[in-house]
Amino acid sequence: MQLVCPAGNYPMLKAAVENGADAVYIGFRDDTNARHFAGLNFNDGSAQKAVRYAHDHGSKVYLAINTYPQPAGWERWQRAVDVAAAIGIDALIIADIGVLAYAAENYPDLPRHLSVQGSATNTEALRFYKTQFDISRAVIPRVLSMTQVRRLAENGAVDLEVFGFGSLCVMVEGRCLLSSYATGESPNTCGACSPASAVRWVETANGTQCRLNDMLIDQFDADEKAGYPVVCKGRYQVAGHTYHAIEEPTSLNTLELLPQLQQAGIKAVKIEGRQRSTAYVGRVVGIWREAIDSCLRDPQSFVTRPQWMQGLAGISEGTQTTLGAYNRPWQ
Amino acid sequence: MRLSLGPILFFWPRQTAEDFYRQQVNSPLEVIYLGETVCAKRRNLKPADWIELARELAASGKQIVLSTLALIEAGSDLSAIRRLCQNGELLVEANDIGAVQLMADQKLPFVAGPSLNIYNAYTLNTLYRQGMQRWVMPVELNAEVLGDILSDAESLGIGDKIETEVFSFGHLPLAYSARCFTARFHNIPKDHCEFVCQDYPEGLPMDTQEGVEFFNINGIQTQSGRIQHLLPYWRQMRELGVDLMRISPLAQNTGEIIGRYRQVLEGATDDTSIDHCLSAPTCDGYWRRQPGMDSIAAG
Repeated sequence: MQLVCPAGNYPMLKAAVENGADAVYIGFRDDTNARHFAGLNFNDGSAQKAVRYAHDHGSKVYLAINTYPQPAGWERWQRAVDVAAAIGIDALIIADIGVLAYAAENYPDLPRHLSVQGSATNTEALRFYKTQFDISRAVIPRVLSMTQVRRLAENGAVDLEVFGFGSLCVMVEGRCLLSSYATGESPNTCGACSPASAVRWVETANGTQCRLNDMLIDQFDADEKAGYPVVCKGRYQVAGHTYHAIEEPTSLNTLELLPQLQQAGIKAVKIEGRQRSTAYVGRVVGIWREAIDSCLRDPQSFVTRPQWMQGLAGISEGTQTTLGAYNRPWQ
Repeated sequence: MRLSLGPILFFWPRQTAEDFYRQQVNSPLEVIYLGETVCAKRRNLKPADWIELARELAASGKQIVLSTLALIEAGSDLSAIRRLCQNGELLVEANDIGAVQLMADQKLPFVAGPSLNIYNAYTLNTLYRQGMQRWVMPVELNAEVLGDILSDAESLGIGDKIETEVFSFGHLPLAYSARCFTARFHNIPKDHCEFVCQDYPEGLPMDTQEGVEFFNINGIQTQSGRIQHLLPYWRQMRELGVDLMRISPLAQNTGEIIGRYRQVLEGATDDTSIDHCLSAPTCDGYWRRQPGMDSIAAG
């Protein structure tokens, strides 16, 4: 089982490789990837350097081209595929059917993974992408239960990668437009959710308000920690009740499921967080490396060590972690 | 410009849904979509019931299309969709790529529903080759991008081979989840949801703490709190090459809304206002390349 880790820049990539990443995924510095944030990501030169470093140290580099191009921007997506092929990227992580078609036709030998943004949650969808574009792997959305993941893996149409740790999208990836409804920019179109340019913090007598394009997402008392106004993580009013109507700010942590994932035949576990720090990546990757190695050595007696769980809990968003949809009652 | 009626997105009792569709037989619509697109647990009408109802409605001469689930998770969901896709006569709206594959297997034509991610003509072309004969534009796209896509489709030689439909009226389907937010509001697990969504025939409004309407909860689907109303833009749509405007059913006044759309499309009136029929304000931002919730011309 492969450990696939995030890197938003070159130092993060080095930290991931040094701490035992089997593969690192990166994006270019534009809207062709779903972490299109200021100051983040790679240009052609740093991407090439990243590939060289990773290859020298026995790791692979995947390129995320996981947003949906519109006609006016098509050349950027095409170019991302071309550059990836030229600099020796090991696999492309693609969401859009048009981009998959372009990559499969022009670079048939460059492996293609279906991005989680491609929203493939069932065997027939996987069969479509396999038949049309000969994808070798699919990253599956964080909405399936462990039983559903197992069934999908049993089918064996394509290798599967699942999310192991990091921010949790409660909506099916690639099928959420809440952000563009509020701000005009969404993960699909711009590679951004609840973009920083639309965020405004307002201090009032009653505490801190956080707003997204003027809509009040949440307000915090002086003794509460004010969180970033991600549109699905706000406190809203429903029939007179004010609560986290969609999702509380928690993170996904599936470390304890490792033996089950391995037994199900899952080929890779992905860590989320290209937008986080180098220290974060180093620490999370180190813990997961140790855990996966321990699980591979002896899955029967695998137990999560308290220091792993504490280490991960300490750096999670909202500091609470959950098994998410893998654990059926969460649904 | 033809008018279509989208699938009922809410969970209505069987009798209510059947009565609603039987009324539509005499309405000024050309196309009717029906089927459960939101939650696999909603089985007031099972696939066989939908097919039977669809066949009955088809006798009216309108085009009847069976719509499939947008989020297919379990094997049992797939069996239900297979049943719809293999109905043998009626057109199918695929709302997940899995349904596209099932239609392509049979070499049968299909409609690509609004939850398929079609953002460029290359994607359209791939789906056309699998049998797509009509697509419903993803709701977050705008007039300008639609024009670009259709002009690229022309260059690819498929411009006149596919029809374009725009989700023109209704609460916009914005997101799908494994979680049920209606059950969450009632503090009950989804596996024991008791079908509480049936108590909200037009969804459950979710407002900001300042009382501004923001979203609308419909089980595992999150909709726009405002109601998109694009009738004021129908001439622009016609110029761009849109073939159908879709009206998404509400529990109240849908007949009156269809009537107003038809009157305007026929030139009987220029008055596009429908605010008096609605329980929430309208929006039209997406069409104008603005945040979806924005509104200027509507009403």
